[in-house]
Formats: sequence, structure tokens, C-alpha cells
Amino acid sequence: PPSLLFLQVEQVKLLDRFSTSNKSLTGTLYLTATHLLFIDSSQRETWILHHHIAAVEKLPLTTSGCPLVIQCKNFRIVHFVVPRERDCHDIYNSLLQLSRTAKYEDLYAFSYNPKQNESQQVKGWQLIDLAEEYKRMGVPNDYWQLSDANRDYKICETYPRELYVPRTASKPIIVGSSKFRSKGRFPVLSYYHKNKEAAICRCSQPLSGFSARCLEDEHMLQAISKANPSNRYMYVMDTRPKLNAMANRAAGKGYENEDNYSNIRFQFVGIENIHVMRSSLQKLLEVSGTKGLSVNDFLSGLENSGWLRHIKAVLDAAVFLVKAIAVESASVLVHCSDGWDRTSQVCSLGALLLDSYYRTIKGFMVLIEKDWISFGHKFSDRCCQLDGDPKEISPVFTQFLETVWNLTEQFPQAFEYNEAFLLQIHEHVHSCQFGNFLGNCQKEREELKLKEKTYSLWPFLLDEQKKYQNPLYNPDFSPELTLLEPNTVSFNFKFWRNMYHQFDRSMHPRQSVFNLIMNMSEQNKQLEEDIKELEAKIKQRNGQPDAVLLKEHKQPSHPAPMTLKSPPCFKKEQPLIPVNDAVRTIEGSNTADNRYSEFVEEFSKAEPAVVSLEYGVARMTC
Amino acid sequence: MEFAELIKTPRADNVVLHRPFYLAVEGTLCLTGHHLIFSSRRQDNAEELWLLHSNIDSIEKRFVGSLGTVVIKCKDLRIIQLDIPGMEECLNIASSIEALSTLDSVTLMYPFFYRPMFEIVEDGWRCFLPDQEFELLTSVTDEWRLSCINKEFSVCSSYPPVVIVPKSIDDEALRKVALFRHGSRFPVLSYYHKKNGMVMMRSSQPLTGTNGRRCKEDEKLINATLRPGKRGYIIDTRSLNIAQQARAKGGGFEQEAHYPQWRRIHKCIERFNILQESLIKLVEACNDQSHNMDRWLSKLEASNWLTHIKEILTAACLAAQCIDREGASVLVHGTEGTDSTLQVTSLAQIILDPRCRTIRGFESLVVREWLQAGHPFQQRCAQSAYSNSKQKWEAPVFLLFLDCVWQILRQFPCSFEFNEQFLIMLFEHAYASQFGTFLGNNENERSKLKLPQKTMSLWSWVNRPEELSKFQNPLFEANSLVIWPSVAPQSLQLWEGVFLRWNRPSKFLDEAHEEMINIIKYNKELQAKVNALRRQLAEMETDERMQENL
Repeated sequence: PPSLLFLQVEQVKLLDRFSTSNKSLTGTLYLTATHLLFIDSSQRETWILHHHIAAVEKLPLTTSGCPLVIQCKNFRIVHFVVPRERDCHDIYNSLLQLSRTAKYEDLYAFSYNPKQNESQQVKGWQLIDLAEEYKRMGVPNDYWQLSDANRDYKICETYPRELYVPRTASKPIIVGSSKFRSKGRFPVLSYYHKNKEAAICRCSQPLSGFSARCLEDEHMLQAISKANPSNRYMYVMDTRPKLNAMANRAAGKGYENEDNYSNIRFQFVGIENIHVMRSSLQKLLEVSGTKGLSVNDFLSGLENSGWLRHIKAVLDAAVFLVKAIAVESASVLVHCSDGWDRTSQVCSLGALLLDSYYRTIKGFMVLIEKDWISFGHKFSDRCCQLDGDPKEISPVFTQFLETVWNLTEQFPQAFEYNEAFLLQIHEHVHSCQFGNFLGNCQKEREELKLKEKTYSLWPFLLDEQKKYQNPLYNPDFSPELTLLEPNTVSFNFKFWRNMYHQFDRSMHPRQSVFNLIMNMSEQNKQLEEDIKELEAKIKQRNGQPDAVLLKEHKQPSHPAPMTLKSPPCFKKEQPLIPVNDAVRTIEGSNTADNRYSEFVEEFSKAEPAVVSLEYGVARMTC
Repeated sequence: MEFAELIKTPRADNVVLHRPFYLAVEGTLCLTGHHLIFSSRRQDNAEELWLLHSNIDSIEKRFVGSLGTVVIKCKDLRIIQLDIPGMEECLNIASSIEALSTLDSVTLMYPFFYRPMFEIVEDGWRCFLPDQEFELLTSVTDEWRLSCINKEFSVCSSYPPVVIVPKSIDDEALRKVALFRHGSRFPVLSYYHKKNGMVMMRSSQPLTGTNGRRCKEDEKLINATLRPGKRGYIIDTRSLNIAQQARAKGGGFEQEAHYPQWRRIHKCIERFNILQESLIKLVEACNDQSHNMDRWLSKLEASNWLTHIKEILTAACLAAQCIDREGASVLVHGTEGTDSTLQVTSLAQIILDPRCRTIRGFESLVVREWLQAGHPFQQRCAQSAYSNSKQKWEAPVFLLFLDCVWQILRQFPCSFEFNEQFLIMLFEHAYASQFGTFLGNNENERSKLKLPQKTMSLWSWVNRPEELSKFQNPLFEANSLVIWPSVAPQSLQLWEGVFLRWNRPSKFLDEAHEEMINIIKYNKELQAKVNALRRQLAEMETDERMQENL
């Protein structure tokens, strides 16, 4: 259905983000209820979902019009110049309103209609079943059981209803322990390693202050350590820097005193808090968005942002956790302050390193559902789904995806999914197009009736999983429960160009080996089919020499005409997957490829002066 | 033999070899005139390490009791450690290695002793002769001639005996121009752009000095390369400041007044010791695994290596842009015209000319633009990143060029016939080799050393099908277009294949690469099979039709 058109402005210029000479495309800008759409003179479309807009800025009027800069949560930055200031003002105001949603029901997911019937919708939501997942891990068992303590969200509002705890942890212990933990987030099972019989548990910080104790909480930890017959010592990992944890004591919170808990080994791992991470990303984006950036400014900017240091800290923490389980068969209890940011990062990455299931497409969905969605990572607050406190925004989940990406770089054959999968998930964490990531916890999601009113992202990703498959994936590379041991020496961590410059095509390699191999392995499957078919035909002819001659009419395949002006179900521009079906298309040899011809255009302008020549190269740098 | 005098302890037992990411191995160490050989005795897993003495960049020794340890740092950036029992043996071996790896006479180098175990199909010394190159040129233009003016290296000692110059300029004029250019390196043809007939020339700086000397023949020569009414660009690889300072030492740059048809652009590329220091710092940063993130990034930055890469690539893009986009001819020079000049002219050709992206074409480019053009390989590659001696002639000029090629290869992975291994192989052989190709500083020295008679050419070995297959890029598909690389810092990467090669286990990356090659191979097989089956089916159909018609 054609979306409601609010505004249409002609003769708008879309500037090249990195161009020093204000190179631009001219076209028409449309504002709909859900998207901002720009169609340039050669009919290329740029869609921007309102929910993706992080900031809109109106710059001072210039001779060519009124500049409007839009920053998106998927790191796209578009720079329009609107001829009339009035129009610009209208767009600006509309975008401000449309990108700031006051209540969940106004989010795109509630109006998004992928033309599915109710049973498809229900089935879609059933695709990921966490009870099934715990069964796969091997719980319940002799040591671990499903607890009904939180069945009505009475003990902890931000936890899921179904929680797994040691069999020996009685209800009073659970209740007592939850009262001694921030937001009632008492220690529960996150992952169970059936070979080692060791568990990853998670919780929030204890309300220990300078000296407070809680016997039930001490019993709870003891129950966890006793639930592991292989090693009675357990690790308690506080993922915060020690200083932060100590400061929390003054507020009646804090960390476990080793003297009060028997058989624990306490360890700080020093991941910074959400505010540090937010400003770190801000710095990173400032650097990477600079025009005419020098190598040294880039590297020192990268260093000063601290971004890669944080990514390394997160992976180092996960490696610490994994070692405890894999080497010492010891259970580990992970927490930070509230146990929904750093704890989610470390628990999910730890499980990913320990269990090859999470390196499959389906398994990764399960992992996100379990450690992020069900355990109450505050997606709504962190991704600013509703107009709220900007201090709650933080790229914690982005860091998780980036750490996974770094692992895929080190272990190119260990993951069933590719970079496009990670980028697509990142896209939809912010798009508010599907229900999965809406809200801050399960209770809230149930109240919003998301399963009835919205759709789940996962079946859509599974439907097009061909796009997300890693052609180099080797399932034999990591049989069940094969440990990944990443190298965390600093030089292994790289700037994720395809995330932060996803939409800046000129910075990317002009030919992608990955796409080529992906298409080729896809083609190989087709060829195998062809061979079977041909062999059957030959066999048939050999068997029946008098067979009637069947002339084959091969239908030339017409590409389905693109339906214009309906918002893309999925991101229209999927930069990692070429739309072209030719396996070996060299970008640039194809005149239809605008990216390259655009690039060539820059040089073909007659600019004999030396100065403009220099600019020519400067432009080329971007 | 002289070597025997240098080898006091030719053999030591119970030596333990340590390499990063491998288990320590015990075995026997042998020293020969040109090699350090380590062989482990373990029957199940016999292993031999052959190391050319000329590959050794530096050696350190230390003792714990009577157990000596020798740390050997190689020019290919590898570091190995040998534990040698017995103080005397260890001292002897260390001093032998030190002496043998720093022989000062070229004729004692291994290429003069190396006898190939393979059959020579094609003598590399006879490939890539200037006449062949000129023949290609004459098929598209007759504006150029081959001059033998430098036959006995009498005009320019760093030029080859024959060079390509404008037809309208006679040898007499060339002699005068040679006097006006640093080291007599008068402007010669480097590249002819078939698409539009524009050319790239290279030379050294003009000797204008402080009083602005001029040379009519020089002006005539370079103007002879311009089409009527056309302008050209002079790309000076020094900053304006440095070019101006050069006048005090007799050098200088082309004054606009005397070269009105030319526009001068200064694109500063660093040289000599600055580049060498950059390499040393980079390798130091890469070798220290204990660096935290901030320290690693700041060390990487401080090395300036990627800045140099960006500068060189940018200058090359500029030259290519002038030729292809502006339709103008270009003259490139710095001071001597033997280093940054060659980086720019050779990279511009890779951007512009698809032929240079083939294996043969790239070899030819290295021969023309580096070996024959007189890049002083022996001086520049005498030491690599671990050298202690502060000699001033070493510089990783060629390595930077290879790194730039790698950067372009990364951005256009299907447009090159060769792979990364090919570039790494050239890096290794430029610094230490059994072949004579990279010995000497110019053709003059190579001819005096009688290298073609006395040594084997690297190309004779590389171009054999068995070797070649290792260097072929399975993704290659000829791309006739000009390829413009991105030089944004976000697009440039550390060349891990060289700089992190010995610093991290590469098993998983290698296996993935193998898998990739398997997919490509399998694809080819399947396609062949489908075609064969289709043909078979078509034949059957025709037979049936014929039978029906009968």
C-alpha cells in the first residue's frame, strides 16, 4: 500500500559525504509516515527509516540552499541541500517529530505488514524456543531445574518467567538472594556446558555496601558451586573496573567479599560502563566522519576514542570466562552493576566461544534471544526507540556484534553466518520494524502484546538465509562444543569499515572476494543439479532410443519489476550482496554499476588547473 | 676456501630451535659458506631449516651458564632462536654467522655459487629486453626511438644501455641534456598510454642551481612529448621547500618561465633514512605482543608507515589521473630519480595498464622500472628492519612499492593475475636470494659482475609452470579498465602477510584460503562437466534427428 505522503520537495541535492568539492546528486525528496525517500535523476532510491534517524541538523543557509544533515543509527550520514529554506524547515520539523516516538504503539513494527496470515505470524514467533534451547544444553538435569519463582514476574520484573537454578536453591534462598541483588536480579543459569558440567550464571551486583551480608545469597552461590561435580570452586567475575565497583559500595551496592562466600574466586575484568562506551563511539564517529582525514589523524583518533580497547576488553573478559570453564571445569558467575549490559556481552560471547551451536545462523538467533532479549538488555533505552533519556543510550549490543565480527575474521571457517548477517541484525535492532527488540524486558513485551501485534525478525532472516551464509563455513571445523581460542593481541582487532562506513561505497574494495565466493558456491549447487538432470536425460535416451524428442523451451528469466515507492521490507540497499546474478562481474566493467561510473565522472570533468587536480585526488581519497 | 676460515665450528649437536607458535625442536646445526642448516633428528617428524646467511639481518648472543643462546633476526622479518650447548661452540657459531652474513664482496654471494636443480626452460636474463618493449611501442606510435647512446654506460652510469626517447631528439642533444640532469639521468620514456597517446617520462632533477641555469635541449626534449597546444604536468616528488633547498647544492626544479607548457606539482614522498626508520618502528610495534591497544595504535601511528603508503599511492594516482583523465603527458622526478620517482611511475602503470597486472607484465614492470631504471637494490636492501648499523643507504623503497601494490590488489582482488604470495616472494628475493636478479645497483654493475653469465635469474625459476601455479590468483579475470584505488585511511591496511607473518598463527586463515581455492576449482570442474554433458546430449539429439529423417 502506498504510504501516506506528507511532503514532496523537488530539486533537492544529496551531497557526497566525503567530497571536498560538494559533488552532488539532484532529485526529489519524499516524506512518508515511515520513511524519508530520495530519488535521484537516474531513479536511484535512498530510503531512510524515521526510526533510524539519530539526529537531524539544519546548517546555516548557503547560496545553493538550506543544508540538512541526517545522522542515522546504522551510521549512514546523509547531507541534503534543500533549495528553499521554508521546505527545509518543514522537513526538519517533520523529521524531528517523526523520529521521536513517544509511545511503543507508534513504532513502525505496529504498522508494518509483511502480508502474512495469523498462523504464519504465530509460527514466526515460535521459531526460537528457549525451553528447547535449555534442553539442548542439557538442563534440567540432576543438578539444575526450572524454577517457577518468577512465573508472575514477582521476584524480578526484568528477568524472564522461566529461570534455571541449582536444584538445591530453595525458594526462600532465591527470594532472599534476589533481595540482596540490584533490581532483584539474583544468580541464574545462562549457559550449561554438559561435558564439563560447569555453568555460566549471571546476576546483578550484591547490595553489600561496606559490610552487609546475606546468608541466602551466600547459600545461592554455594548451591551453584555444588551444582558442579567437577570443580567445587567457582569464579565470580565482576566485569566492571575495580574502582567503579568500589564506588558502588558507598551507594549500598558493591561486590562479593571473598571472606563471606566459601569456595569462590573473585575477579574484576574492567569493562567500562555505558557512558564511557557511548562517548567512545561518538569520538570514533567524529574521526571516521572527517573529510580529508590523514592516516595519523585516523590512527590517533582511533586510539583516543578507546573503541578498540573496549572491544578487546570485552573479548578478553569472555576469554577469561571460557578458560575457567574449559580448562578448570569451574562454574562462573558473571555480573556488572545491573547485569544487563556487560554481563550480557560476556555471557553470550563466552557461550559463543564454548559452543559451536551459537556459530550457526539459528544458534546465533537463539543466543541473542536468550542472553540479550530474555534477560532484559534494555534495547529500548540503549537504542533510543522512544524519545527518552539520552544518557541511557549506549552501543553495548553493537560492541557485541563487533566482537563477533572480529572472531569471524580470525576463524573464517567457524561461523555459518557472514558479516551481512551481523549488519542486518544491527540494522533491525534499530529499525523497530520487528517486535523482537522492542521494549526493555519480557514483561514489557508481553504487556505490549508484541506477539499478536508485530512480527518476529528471525523467520524473515531465515527465509533469506542464503544471503547470510558464509561460503567458507566448515561444520567439521568445529564439532559440538569445540572451543574457539581467539588471539587477543592488540593487532588482531581491526576497525570495522563495513559497519561504520557501510554506506560510503567508495571506501570499499571495488571487487569483493567474499561475494564472488558466495555466488560461486551458490552456483556450484545449481551446477550439481544441472549435472544430475543432464545425466538423467542422457541415461533416459540411452535406455529409450526411440523416445519422443522433447524440445525444451527455456523461459528467459525476467527480473521481477521493482515496485517503486513502497518502503523496503528489508533494507533496499544491501551493499554486501550484489543484485547482479552474474557470478563474475567486475565492478567497473559493468556500465550499469553507478558507483564506479560515478567515480570515473569525477575525473572526466575538464579541470585543467593544478588546484582542482589536487582536489581530484582528494575526492578520490573518499 | 675462504669460507672455511670463517667457520670454526661447522657443526653442533643438541641444538634447540625455537620459533614462535611451534614447539621447540632439538637437532643438529650445520654451517656452510652460505647456509645455516638445522635438521632435527626425530625420525617421525624430520625437519630441516635452511637459512641463507645473506637473509640474516642481525644476530644476538647471550649465555646462561654454559648454554648459549643465539637470536637470529632475518631480513624477511622472521626471528628464530637457537640454544647451543657449549660456550665455545656457541661463540664460534655466532661469530661465523656474523661474518658470513656480512660479506662485503658481491662475488662471494650465494648466487655465484648456486647451481639450479631445475631445468631452465626460459632464461630469465633474456626476457624483458628493452628491444621487445620498444617493438610493442612501435606498433602503436612512431614518435619514439630506441637510443643506444648509453651503450658503454658512458653517458649515464645508472641507466641501461638502451633507452626510449622522442624521435626528434638526437643523441647529441641527449648528451647535453644529460649534463643538465642529476646523475645524467635525462628524461626517458617510462609509459605510453595507448588510449590517448599520452606519456609518462621520468628523469632526475634539473641542475638549475641558484642562478637558474637552463638547458635549451632539455626544454626541447620534454616539449617534444607534448601534442600541439597541449600542456603537461611535472610531478616533483619533493616538497617545494626541499626542491628549493636543492638549488643550493646545484640541483633544482623546472622554472615555469623556461617550461611554459608545463605545470609543476609537488607531491612530497619521504626518502632514505626516514623510510628506514619507519620500517624499523613498524616492525618493532608488530613484534611486541604485549602492547595494549592504545600503545599498539600509537606505535603504528608513530611508525608513519601507512602515511608513506598513502603519500606514494596518492602521487601515483595523481600521475595516472593527469594522463588518463586530463589527457596530459607527465614527467616525474625527485632528486636522483631512482627511488620515489620509480615508485610513482611503476604504480601509475599498475593503475593504468592492465598488462602490468599480469604476472609477466608485472615482472616486466619490475625489470623496466626498477632494475633497468637503476634503483640501487644492493644499497637499499643491504639491511632490513633489524639492522644495528647506521648506514645511510638502506631504505625499504621497493617494499613500500610492493605494499602499495598489495593495497591495490586488496581493493581489486580479481584484477590481478598474481596473488599476495608473489609480492611476498619478490620482497624476500630483493633482500636475500639464490638468484642474481637483485644483485648490483644498476645495469652497469650487473654487466661488470657478469651476472647473466655467472648467476641464475629469478625469472628463470619463477616462470616455470610448477612455481607459477603458486603465484596465480584464482580469482583473476582480465580487467581492461583503469583501476582507481581508494587512499582513504579507512581503506588502507597493514600488510599482515609481511608484517604479522611470523607474529601469529595463520592456520585458520590458510585453511580458509585453501577452501576458497577449492570452491573456485570445483566451480571450474562443474562447469566443464556441464558443458561436456550438454554437448553429449546435443550430439545424441542430432543423431536421433538424423535417424528420424532416414
